[in-house]
Amino acid sequence: MSEKSIFENISRAPTSQRASEIEAGPKGAIGGTVSVTIDGEKMKVPLGTTILEACREMGVHIPTLCHHEDLCIAGVCRMCLVEVEGMRTLQASCAYPITAPISIRTHTAKVRRARRHIIDLMLKYHYGECYACGRNNNCELQSLAKEYGVDYFRFGHPEKPMYEIDRSSHSVVRDMNKCVLCRRCVRTCIDLQEVGVLEAIHRGEKTIISTYLNKPLGKVVCINCGQCINRCPTGALRANDPTDEVWAAIDDPSKHVIIQTAPSPRAGIGECFGLEPGTPMTYQMNTALRRCGFDKVFDTNFTADLTIIEEGSELLIRLYKALVEKDESVALPQFTSCSPGWVKYLEHFYPEMIPNLSTAKSPQQMFGAVIKTYYAKMHNIDPKNIVTVALMPCSAKKFECNRPEMCDSGFKDVDYGLTTRELGKMISEAGIDLPAMPKSDFDDPFGTATGSGVIFGATGGVMESALRTVIELVVGCKVEDLFDHADIMPVRGFDGIRYVELKIDNVGPVPSIVSHLVPNWDWLKGATLKVAVAHGTANAKKVLDDIKAGGKFSECHFIEFMACPGGCLGGGGQPIPTTPEIRAKRAEAIYAEDSACEVRKSHENPAILQIYNEFLMEGPCGHLSHKLLHTSYTARGKYIS
Amino acid sequence: MITSTCRNLTFETIEPWAGLKRAMELGQAGIIREVTDSGIKGRGGAGFPAGVKWNLCAAAKDPLKYIICNADEGEPGTFKDRVILTDFADLVFEGMIIAAMAIKATEGILYLRGEYTYLREGLEAQLLALRVNKKLGENACGVKGFDFNIKIRMGSGAYVCGEETALIESLEGHRGEPRNRPPYPVNTGFNGHSTAVNNVESLAWISCILSKGSKWFSQHGTEKSTGLKLFSVSGDCDKPGVYELPLGITVAELLVEVGGSNAKAVQIGGASGRCVPAIEFDRKIAYEDIPTGGSVIVFGPGRDMLDVAQNFLEFMVEESCGQCTPCRYGNPTLLEGVQMLREGRCSAGYLKELVSLGETIQIASKCGLGQSSANAFLSIVKHFKEEIMGRAIGDA
Repeated sequence: MSEKSIFENISRAPTSQRASEIEAGPKGAIGGTVSVTIDGEKMKVPLGTTILEACREMGVHIPTLCHHEDLCIAGVCRMCLVEVEGMRTLQASCAYPITAPISIRTHTAKVRRARRHIIDLMLKYHYGECYACGRNNNCELQSLAKEYGVDYFRFGHPEKPMYEIDRSSHSVVRDMNKCVLCRRCVRTCIDLQEVGVLEAIHRGEKTIISTYLNKPLGKVVCINCGQCINRCPTGALRANDPTDEVWAAIDDPSKHVIIQTAPSPRAGIGECFGLEPGTPMTYQMNTALRRCGFDKVFDTNFTADLTIIEEGSELLIRLYKALVEKDESVALPQFTSCSPGWVKYLEHFYPEMIPNLSTAKSPQQMFGAVIKTYYAKMHNIDPKNIVTVALMPCSAKKFECNRPEMCDSGFKDVDYGLTTRELGKMISEAGIDLPAMPKSDFDDPFGTATGSGVIFGATGGVMESALRTVIELVVGCKVEDLFDHADIMPVRGFDGIRYVELKIDNVGPVPSIVSHLVPNWDWLKGATLKVAVAHGTANAKKVLDDIKAGGKFSECHFIEFMACPGGCLGGGGQPIPTTPEIRAKRAEAIYAEDSACEVRKSHENPAILQIYNEFLMEGPCGHLSHKLLHTSYTARGKYIS
Repeated sequence: MITSTCRNLTFETIEPWAGLKRAMELGQAGIIREVTDSGIKGRGGAGFPAGVKWNLCAAAKDPLKYIICNADEGEPGTFKDRVILTDFADLVFEGMIIAAMAIKATEGILYLRGEYTYLREGLEAQLLALRVNKKLGENACGVKGFDFNIKIRMGSGAYVCGEETALIESLEGHRGEPRNRPPYPVNTGFNGHSTAVNNVESLAWISCILSKGSKWFSQHGTEKSTGLKLFSVSGDCDKPGVYELPLGITVAELLVEVGGSNAKAVQIGGASGRCVPAIEFDRKIAYEDIPTGGSVIVFGPGRDMLDVAQNFLEFMVEESCGQCTPCRYGNPTLLEGVQMLREGRCSAGYLKELVSLGETIQIASKCGLGQSSANAFLSIVKHFKEEIMGRAIGDA
């Protein structure tokens, strides 16, 4: 159910950088093929194919740096230059659409010399040594230097840093000394995410990537999604790394160190150890975490299930108020709130729509609050000695756990947010070969999670989980009666925006878990539930603008938003690189884990039922739930002081 | 004798609006044929045939088209567009109206160099008069359905905005940075619409061509470089100023005109042009030999060519937009080399590396500015190697 055709918004990126100008034009409009000769070999390609695409199709390697599959074309690094017969200058193959038969040479003396010069020039301005860099062995500049046999600095190399490192953000660290001005971050921020925090300033060799008035990243409208980190070819952008603090907590015998692990890192961490993307490492990782010294290893999926119950109950309350009590002050559609990048995006760019945001905390923050209250009480541990670490695919989670309101347990609910990459580093540092680890399960009492929790990692996952539960609670039938294997396919996939309608023909009795919220379901009989899914804040923007304009999304009841393209599996804390293909493979791993789960619906999770019996005794959205599991938001606006 | 005080330019002899009148008789296809037949190539320096450009624009299926007059005259040593805009602006506006008829443009924009802000008031007054006289506006020039207006937009001082795609980016409110080509402005230009960008002088000449005929124009110059051209002459000569001369004239002939016959070298084409040594003064100033936008800077016998190289490189380092690697980092590297030469620290081997780098900058940079940014340095190294290496300690 693609919404692409409805929304042909004009991108804010400069015309020259919009991929559509080159790709959609000749390719779609005229059709047909054109012949191209690459290093003497002839082939036919669709009209408008770029030289780079043609070369890749033929298996000819062309080095690139500013080019990225997710981004519009820049043509600025000039690494991908090739010689086109009849042209005086070399052409950037990424930016050259083939519209007439041409002959290309990819490694002539001129081409080789130019590429080598470009690397030499970048190294002349790139401060730092590879062995003292977080991107050592995972750096595109380093790879190019190796590929072109760089063994000395032809034009010199900086001995001193030129720029101060910006560590002002909880999430993203910017080190302009390592920047090669490929502008992937600029394009990611403005094009992919429509946030627009980063742009080039100054000219010539003084050019740098900057924020508004060169203010610290922590002070501007950055949403912390970290998509720029995932696309940075060097170490210029990285996440704010708390591993030293985490190790210190582990090493401190007085501390009870708990790690909760989100679903996406387990689908990605294998990449840090040379495994194919999409190789699940869930149970090997549990063992590795224990060997690293964590006292308990919990599954964030438990609170993902809790989120479904709380957020779903909140939705039912909103719907009841709106439909039965005719309360016009109720904000609908309800927006999901588990993606902290999305939440901050809304706070900055659409603060007037904060009432639509579910007050339910994200699974990470729910877990922190539950551990330092329920778990601490249950195990008789002083919560001040508990250190909670959250393994997340996300850089924004670092900001989220530092939000001042996230201390409902009486302590900082989550002490540290750790990315997949950072855990990979810790595991390596501990001398552990992750893929070789024996498998082990999560710790109790939160060990049992459901498939619903797992699929939170993929775009559409929260919606699918919510629908599985809502259908069963309201309709009273099995999801499987409506969707094979309870796989709600219409909300899956990578289309930027998806829209689904679900007619409620019959209603069942109100189950006890929500019986304190509504007397019956009669008011939902015959209703059509309208839901939507959007991932990447550029797509979120389209939906929000449509809602403001009174379009079809304003009729929705519930919308899932994820800041990152692909959802959490494409998060800013996941292994680098990221491509559509890699994200699709991670999604496969996530859906496979869901499919293998014994329990696949949040409301059937026995641990969830237990916590409502033992601890949150007023039920979902009850008093204690509100105190520990719900939160409030800040209307930040776009204006920077 | 033509000097800055006594110009005797063709532009002074042209009957006002005669070109437009003839253009209206000829119609769209006729105008383009006349311009194509004249052989006129872009007077800004790039030398793209104006007729071909207009033909491509006319063929573009786009309901919104633009004609932009590039008045961002920023090439060091050029000032002929300023003279045209001061004394013959109506010829330029006439050329824009003719262009609009030829390509079916709906709007004209004069992109005026920031430093020429003082000209704006007068130009606005002239445009207002044209609107009052119905040369502009709805049913402009009395042609039913021909709605055409011209507005002035100011540049902000970046040299690179003279490059047409950077100019368009700047008009759209973005950083002035050149775009990838293709797509070309004739298809995807201002706000994504078909756009013809023509130099001030080109448009003025086109008014003359329509008025006096393509044959009159093409009788001047060479086969590949037809017509007359304005030259901005400065430097070590007796009579600096704006000159109107036929293309194809040799450097030596030009030097006689301007009183600079004892020159040691002449920089033709400004900072992005090349330095021609005395032994090559018999070469022609024409697109097929030494192309130029009109800047001629004469260097007398006392000039230090290393100073000249440094001056032009400093300009390029300052004015590179910083977008592509070869231009952004290559030019400062060359400039560093000049400093090393000055201090006698540049070995012959390293100079060779720098020349090789300069050649890369020429073929690897993204835009015309970058591609020509090393020209001055390379030509000076080539022709004055002994002079600049005189200070070198040489290879061990």
